[in-house]
Amino acid sequence: MCTVRVGGERRGSVAFRLCELHRGAVAEGRSKARASVEGRRAPCTVPPVTDADADLILPPAVRALLDVALVGELTVVDGHGRPVTYPLIPLSDGNLVYLTSSVLFSRKLRHIKANPKVCLSLSDPVAVPADPFHRVTIQGEARVVEDDLHAGWERLLPLWRAKEPSIDFFLKRRFGIPLFFERSVIELTARRILWWEDGRTSEEPRVFELTGAH
Amino acid sequence: MARLDVTDAVARAEGYPHTVLSYVGPDGYPVNVALDFTTSGGSVVEVGPLDPHWRPEQRQDVELTFSHIHPQPGFGYDERRYVNLWGPAEAVGDHLRVTVRRASGWDEADTPFFEYAERGVPGGRTYLEELDARPRLSRAWTFFLATRLPFLTATLVPVGIGGVVAARDGVFHGVWFALALVAAISVHLGLNMANDLFDDASGADAANVTPTPFSGGSRVMQYGLVTRRAMVAGCVAFYVLAVGLGLFLAAERGWGLIAIGAAGVALSLAYSAPPLRLVTRGLGEPVTSLGFGPVMAVGTYYACSGRWSWHAVLASLPVALLIALVLYVNQVPDRAGDEAVGKRTLIVRWTPALVQKGYVGTVLAAFACIVAEAATGVTPWWTLIALAAAPFALRTIRGLRDHYDEPYALIPAMQANIALHLVTGLLFIAGYVIAVLG
Repeated sequence: MCTVRVGGERRGSVAFRLCELHRGAVAEGRSKARASVEGRRAPCTVPPVTDADADLILPPAVRALLDVALVGELTVVDGHGRPVTYPLIPLSDGNLVYLTSSVLFSRKLRHIKANPKVCLSLSDPVAVPADPFHRVTIQGEARVVEDDLHAGWERLLPLWRAKEPSIDFFLKRRFGIPLFFERSVIELTARRILWWEDGRTSEEPRVFELTGAH
Repeated sequence: MARLDVTDAVARAEGYPHTVLSYVGPDGYPVNVALDFTTSGGSVVEVGPLDPHWRPEQRQDVELTFSHIHPQPGFGYDERRYVNLWGPAEAVGDHLRVTVRRASGWDEADTPFFEYAERGVPGGRTYLEELDARPRLSRAWTFFLATRLPFLTATLVPVGIGGVVAARDGVFHGVWFALALVAAISVHLGLNMANDLFDDASGADAANVTPTPFSGGSRVMQYGLVTRRAMVAGCVAFYVLAVGLGLFLAAERGWGLIAIGAAGVALSLAYSAPPLRLVTRGLGEPVTSLGFGPVMAVGTYYACSGRWSWHAVLASLPVALLIALVLYVNQVPDRAGDEAVGKRTLIVRWTPALVQKGYVGTVLAAFACIVAEAATGVTPWWTLIALAAAPFALRTIRGLRDHYDEPYALIPAMQANIALHLVTGLLFIAGYVIAVLG
């Protein structure tokens, strides 16, 4: 998850170092990473967007981007009416967009509770390895779900694991960072999609008012 | 996200390939648009080109976000960093000129994730309290953390040495040895909890934002896993058990044990409790040496045999020096927090160069002790096999040299240092066992 300099060169993450400390799993982790690098994650195929997509909760093209996005930019509105943006891992089951937030970083949760209007953009071709690459901004209402901070978010683990397999390593050691794993779920219901074909944001986006979401 | 100086933040932003413009649209929803950008004048960022239908009002406050990750297939990603800039925007042709007034961000190369998370603990606790929620952890894990159970190796080694010295003298007794071991473990666990209580009261643990698995205390109170009252109860329970067992052993094996046990309890409390708080006076190492060396070894020998042994004292000296080094090295990442609350350990008082020389000198003294004691017949020749643990010292020395200022990169060195004490101690004990059986 985080990197440190070891011996003057970047040799991996703290996660890897902890692996080494606890179970010698660094070799395992690196070999897995190497295997994946050799295979290279296949870029997703993004279907074209159509006007019929407005009837859907989330258009297939948007879902395809969400499925591969490692990071999106969640923008909320603070108490002064100004935008505040947080890079987060977006997850989706095809209906809603989910993000999770540790209580350690709870300011965004307070903002959402005060003003549920948010947007999420997928903008970075490195963090969104889609082919062809498009840019999208999803506007909608967010809801903070925190009935069970300890385990409620774990229903999203399969989606999270697919993007960040190392989460299992950390979860097994949640005793070391217990507050990090007390997490709220942010459920985003999409209302409007701004779609920039091929990522060309100098052009006017296609706008979809999602009737299916209502 | 931490507040950044505007000029510094804009300079950091220059390294990113694009930015995300955010503003609140007329319908109240935020709008995000990824754009190219250029910087000029230290606090001005120009973004665009931008479609005229999707731009903020003149002079509207906008945000620019610069975000980076490095995907690691099969793992996730690393090299996370981002910068947020805020300020009013003015249209200039098909571009926007943003005059940056505020900035924040995070770069895990500067602030490692675990430190970043640790800095969020006070806010997280407040948020949980507002929800009337508490973090959860199984009782077993909570006990494991609160007592810092893995550090019991510090007790097992000197008690084991007391036992094998007794065995060599033909006075080993399994039941008395086991009771002495339980008493020593109880004192140690009570000491660990007392140390946490006093470090919590002084603010030392709260001031430490770079705890590691080997330093920074158990943090169960900082994380809200255990209340202060429960911690006090656990601490008292362990001391009561230790004192009770000590009194029973003294009654059965000889009242000399009272003096040894009293010394052990007194040292364990004086280490962190006022008024002495010896650890804050740079005396933590000698106190630890005494308590987890001669006191435990002789106490065990006495419990087995009913008499004092200078051999047990001498045999415990090498591991006494090495356990002091465990404390010594584990205080390196704690030194900023310790200094902030006036806990002036040797590490706080000394320069990094002196700390490293102190480490090398003490390791050499410990190994010299092993050789000298074997050469003079105090200990069996077989105890020389303990010298095989020397590579752990080399790893620790290298770690201190290369990563003195990097708490997380120092973790392998701290681990090697703990292994140095444990492996040296176990091999030393094995040497005795071989000699006794041979």
